Amino acid sequence: MLLTVTTTHRPATDLGYLLVKHPDKVHSFDVPTGTAHVLFPDAAEDRCTAALLLDVDPQRLGAARGGRKQQSAPESFALGQYVNDRPYAASSLLAGALAKVFRSALRGESKDRPELAGATLPLEIHVPVLRCRGSAAALFEPLGWTVTATPIPLDDVPPGHPLDGDSPYVDLTLTGTLRLADALNHLYVLLPVLDDAKHYWVAPDEIDKLLRAGEGWLSAHPEKVLITRRYLAHRRSLAASALEQLDRLDPDSVDAPADTATDEEAELPVARKQSLAEQRRDAVVAVLAESGATRVLDLGCGQGALLGALIKDRRYTRIVGTDVSSRALDLAHKRLRLDRVPERQRDRVTLWQSALTYRDDRLRGFDAAVLMEVIEHVDPPRLPALEASVFGHASPATVVVTTPNVEYNGLYEGLTGMRHSDHRFEWTRAEFQEWATRTASAHGYRVSFRGVGDEDEKAGTPTQLAVFVKEEA
Amino acid sequence: MTRIDIPELALVALVGISGSGKSTFAGQHFKPTQVLSSDYFRGLVADDENDQSASADAFDVLHYVAGKRLAAGRLTVVDATNLQPHARAGLVKVAREHDVLPVAVVLDVPEALAWERTQGRADRTFGRHVLNRMHRDLRRSLGQLAREGFRKIHVLRGEEEIAAASIRYEKLFNDKREVTGPFDIIGDVHGCRAELETLLETLGYALTRDDSGRPVGAVHPQGRTAVFVGDLVDRGPDSPGVLRLVMGMAGAGTAICVPGNHEQKLARKLNGRNVQLTHGLPETLEQLAREDEAFTAEVRTFIDGLVSHYVLDGGKLVVAHAGLKEAYQGRASGRVRSFALYGETTGETDEYGLPVRYPWARDYRGSAAVVYGHTPTPEPEWINNTICLDTGCVFGGKLTALRWPTRELVSVPAAREYYAPARPLVPVDTKPDEGLDLADVTGRRHLDYGYGRTTVAAENAAAALEVMSRFALDPATLVWLPPTMAPCSTSTLEGYLEHPATAFADLRSAGVGTVVCEEKHMGSRAVVRVSRSGAGDAIWTRTGRPFFDAERNATLLAGVRAAAGKVFTELDTEWLLLDTELLPWSAKAGGLIRERYAGVGAAGRAALPAALSVLERVAGRGLDVTELRARLELRATEIEGYSAAYRAYVQPTEGLTGVTLAPFAVLAGAGVSYRDKDHGWHLDLADKLVAADPVLFTPTRRMVVELGDPAAERAATDWWLALTAAGGEGMVVKPYGGLGETDAKGRLVQPGVKCRGREYLRIIYGPEYTRPEQLDRLRQRSLGRKRGLALREHGLGLAALDRLAEGAPLWRIHEMVFAVLAAESEPVDPRL
Repeated sequence: MLLTVTTTHRPATDLGYLLVKHPDKVHSFDVPTGTAHVLFPDAAEDRCTAALLLDVDPQRLGAARGGRKQQSAPESFALGQYVNDRPYAASSLLAGALAKVFRSALRGESKDRPELAGATLPLEIHVPVLRCRGSAAALFEPLGWTVTATPIPLDDVPPGHPLDGDSPYVDLTLTGTLRLADALNHLYVLLPVLDDAKHYWVAPDEIDKLLRAGEGWLSAHPEKVLITRRYLAHRRSLAASALEQLDRLDPDSVDAPADTATDEEAELPVARKQSLAEQRRDAVVAVLAESGATRVLDLGCGQGALLGALIKDRRYTRIVGTDVSSRALDLAHKRLRLDRVPERQRDRVTLWQSALTYRDDRLRGFDAAVLMEVIEHVDPPRLPALEASVFGHASPATVVVTTPNVEYNGLYEGLTGMRHSDHRFEWTRAEFQEWATRTASAHGYRVSFRGVGDEDEKAGTPTQLAVFVKEEA
Repeated sequence: MTRIDIPELALVALVGISGSGKSTFAGQHFKPTQVLSSDYFRGLVADDENDQSASADAFDVLHYVAGKRLAAGRLTVVDATNLQPHARAGLVKVAREHDVLPVAVVLDVPEALAWERTQGRADRTFGRHVLNRMHRDLRRSLGQLAREGFRKIHVLRGEEEIAAASIRYEKLFNDKREVTGPFDIIGDVHGCRAELETLLETLGYALTRDDSGRPVGAVHPQGRTAVFVGDLVDRGPDSPGVLRLVMGMAGAGTAICVPGNHEQKLARKLNGRNVQLTHGLPETLEQLAREDEAFTAEVRTFIDGLVSHYVLDGGKLVVAHAGLKEAYQGRASGRVRSFALYGETTGETDEYGLPVRYPWARDYRGSAAVVYGHTPTPEPEWINNTICLDTGCVFGGKLTALRWPTRELVSVPAAREYYAPARPLVPVDTKPDEGLDLADVTGRRHLDYGYGRTTVAAENAAAALEVMSRFALDPATLVWLPPTMAPCSTSTLEGYLEHPATAFADLRSAGVGTVVCEEKHMGSRAVVRVSRSGAGDAIWTRTGRPFFDAERNATLLAGVRAAAGKVFTELDTEWLLLDTELLPWSAKAGGLIRERYAGVGAAGRAALPAALSVLERVAGRGLDVTELRARLELRATEIEGYSAAYRAYVQPTEGLTGVTLAPFAVLAGAGVSYRDKDHGWHLDLADKLVAADPVLFTPTRRMVVELGDPAAERAATDWWLALTAAGGEGMVVKPYGGLGETDAKGRLVQPGVKCRGREYLRIIYGPEYTRPEQLDRLRQRSLGRKRGLALREHGLGLAALDRLAEGAPLWRIHEMVFAVLAAESEPVDPRL
């Protein structure tokens, strides 16, 4: 809610001309989220400081939010209805106020000091409280600033106390000799980028605002991708469009790096080009093809990676994906474009919400079921319920199970703990085989094992796979 | 007058040519809703009752509606000509699908009369030859009806007989709902006469004997009735003796008996059929050969007269030899009889060559208890409101009886093994949690939970399913979840949003006289299940998740167990379910506090002084910023108040050191819900836990208040003010009578309303909420939804405890617990 701009240019009070604010007055402006004040705590020949103080009215914050479509912000709580940091921390609200009260200065225009507006000045910017995701230095230093970002402690407590440690906020000071307009545009773009929680609905016209404010510096900024994405609140289509326009401005541009996939293990290195997830999917598809199944279940289908492969194969006449997460199913539905498939195809593929710890009559009568990277998401005490519902109740002729081989984890550099935060366990080969053999014998199946992925002499393959085949009655 | 006997539940097909008076007859004898007329259905699908081209569709719909009626157990009459075999076959099929008897009522009038009537109707345009053909069809049909499967055929000839006919409804043989017991239901006897005598005597029956000293009857002084689940004979030493006793009791009306598969086979043999002489039948035949022929004839008559299952005690009890699924109860058909005698098999055989039985009990969801035998098991065990009483007496096990309605089990051991079992006796291989079906919890569900009715939306169930299956404990452990709690009505006192005055007013208006004000601990709600043995102990959060890792949970629970020793003894229970708060808040919610609360505090405490120092310098330059300064100074005070509020609930903990539990209610013990106990009782037990381990347990301060006594209310208000001034969250005001407290109309009242402190609420409503304009806005908050939710969840929770106490099947408890979680879940799209 506060930032100050100081210059030691002589006469320093020319800052008032550049900002079009008389240093000996208190200026107040009504802005959508409260009142913005411009004040001058120092106004001397050798040093002049302008402060922009945004007095946020939390009630108006609520009203402004209610009227517009909600954007699901990454830090949704930062916008919590009653308790939030907006009245205190610099954010997009402060950037908005800055744009409103220093409009001509942002454009580099000055009626009274036109040459000074085009010249560089010794400047010091202070933002006492800025919510800062990532490194402020990485964003400001390439622009010619010297950056001091001091983390603000969460509380004044002894070490080891639950409130010990840093808060997500920093006290930011920038010093450098820059044009005032550039300095203000940097702040206008980068304060919300560091905060990374836009409080308003990001409309396509935000692209124009970004390009205008970033003119002359953004297209060559090494972090332009991050800046663009965050500024546009992670709306991919908008970010792509903005980056395309930026690239046209930057002759040295190379292709922007591909999106970081959010799939599990996507960031784990693999030796060959094919990712482990792809190898695993191919291995499962191969087992299903060998089994002769035509009616198949993908239990715990997630966003439908395997279903996509099965749909392409005409041999499968009935494909059902289940997941307990309706959000995952929603994404699968979109990814597989199920609302656009022709009517004949529609009966082939179905998504159902189901939970593997409950019996589900709908799952009976299938030839094969796949549990690909599913069992490790189930708490061990609940596994017997899963076994009863899949092997006992649904009871297809073939069941394919894959799960990580924990012995291989040592080969992943930098991997500490389990491969995914939701994994409830990761088994050694012996543990998996013990479970599979016991489950098979309890429910009248024979089981065989294979590995998926690059094999290590000692550790085996990264993924282990078991094929259960029902014994003839 | 011709009397037509029709079973209470039947599909009645009227048969007759056009103009024979079927509709008139139906209108005279049945309710309009019982009669499905083909004309009407033709009209429904084709806008024309006489459009014969619409007949196929019309009958499709008619059969569908008939099916729905029969599934619900409603008599259904089909008013159509029904002259063609294929038309009648469709009706017989619908009847069989629902295991009801098809009945034909034929109206046979002279063709001339029918023609006269037909000509009198403007909408009938067919010629005489059509009627002529119909009449021929009718003549041909008469001889075929029985063969087609109609179990009762009534032919009414001529106008007069039709006019004079009257209908009498007869009960099905299996309908003994009016017989209410009390009963002693006895498992498979298999010729173990001596054990049966001992069991009957143990149950209090006085045996009567014939001249040779053989028992021929038994009477209970309190008029109890014995019920035999069948398999009286075969394998054992004295099948005739058992038959003689049971036949005597049945004849005298002191016993009811359903047949077992062994009786069935014996009867076939006695009736001269060729049956395999296996499974102990030869022994029985040998024993019968020593009896006179008259006895054998008596046995044959007795068995032939047995009805395969009974519905007893107002429909609350069903007895069948091999059990009976809900859809077959009170129905009559070949497959109902077959199920009752043999059960359902999967078609497979096990390693001993015996048929694999389909675990129908696992799927059973009926409200009637089903008591049966047939499958030997070492111990009888209730599974989904069904119990098998065959404890393998003839195999050297024991003979077991179930007392009804008290559900007490009484057994006598076998004197010896009379027959070697083909496979060892093993417990029924249905584990309780295998019994949970997705259909028990998902979709839109209407629940009548005894304290009210509610509908769980499919959207909420879908959301709860994810939490329940991914994060919660095993449903077998998770027998209760705490309900949400409503705040007291909004206070209009200056500066307060919540205040004891409105809390007291709320309870007073609900008709509550005495309340207990309990200190509200600010931590994490924790439900603790703890037992003497430690088996099955657990501690879970309000959404059913475990608190800590397995090791820490075990340590914590061991501490509770040690402290609860005396309480187990005092309440004479194997286990206890405790409602507690786990403290400090930061032990479980540390991450949340850092992310959600402390960051805002840190930002405010850094930003406001920085802004104030700017203003100070501006003021130093002679500019007037008084107003702005005052506003920011107020903000600075508010953010300090806010910070102090959350800091009060943050304390360092190291492992479990520093973690304590504040118990405030003892919800249940083995076989009992403590909903009727008052809060004095609950808190007294809590105090005993605190006394036993003052480190692990934190006491709950409290004050009992007689509502309407101004001095008492004032004292409680002062107490609340002191409590909250010292950083306390506030208090919960509960009806003193306990969890089950109801109002004058017998409806549950809120189990408590929370009344939170002025400073504490800054954490909820923001640092600045105490400003008059903000308070005014917050006072508009609507509490209705929260109150409704709180009351509903409370009722669902009590129902779960009741069901737990009465030993209800797991799915019945789980559907309540799941409904609480669903009520607390944000709805998601359930369509996928």
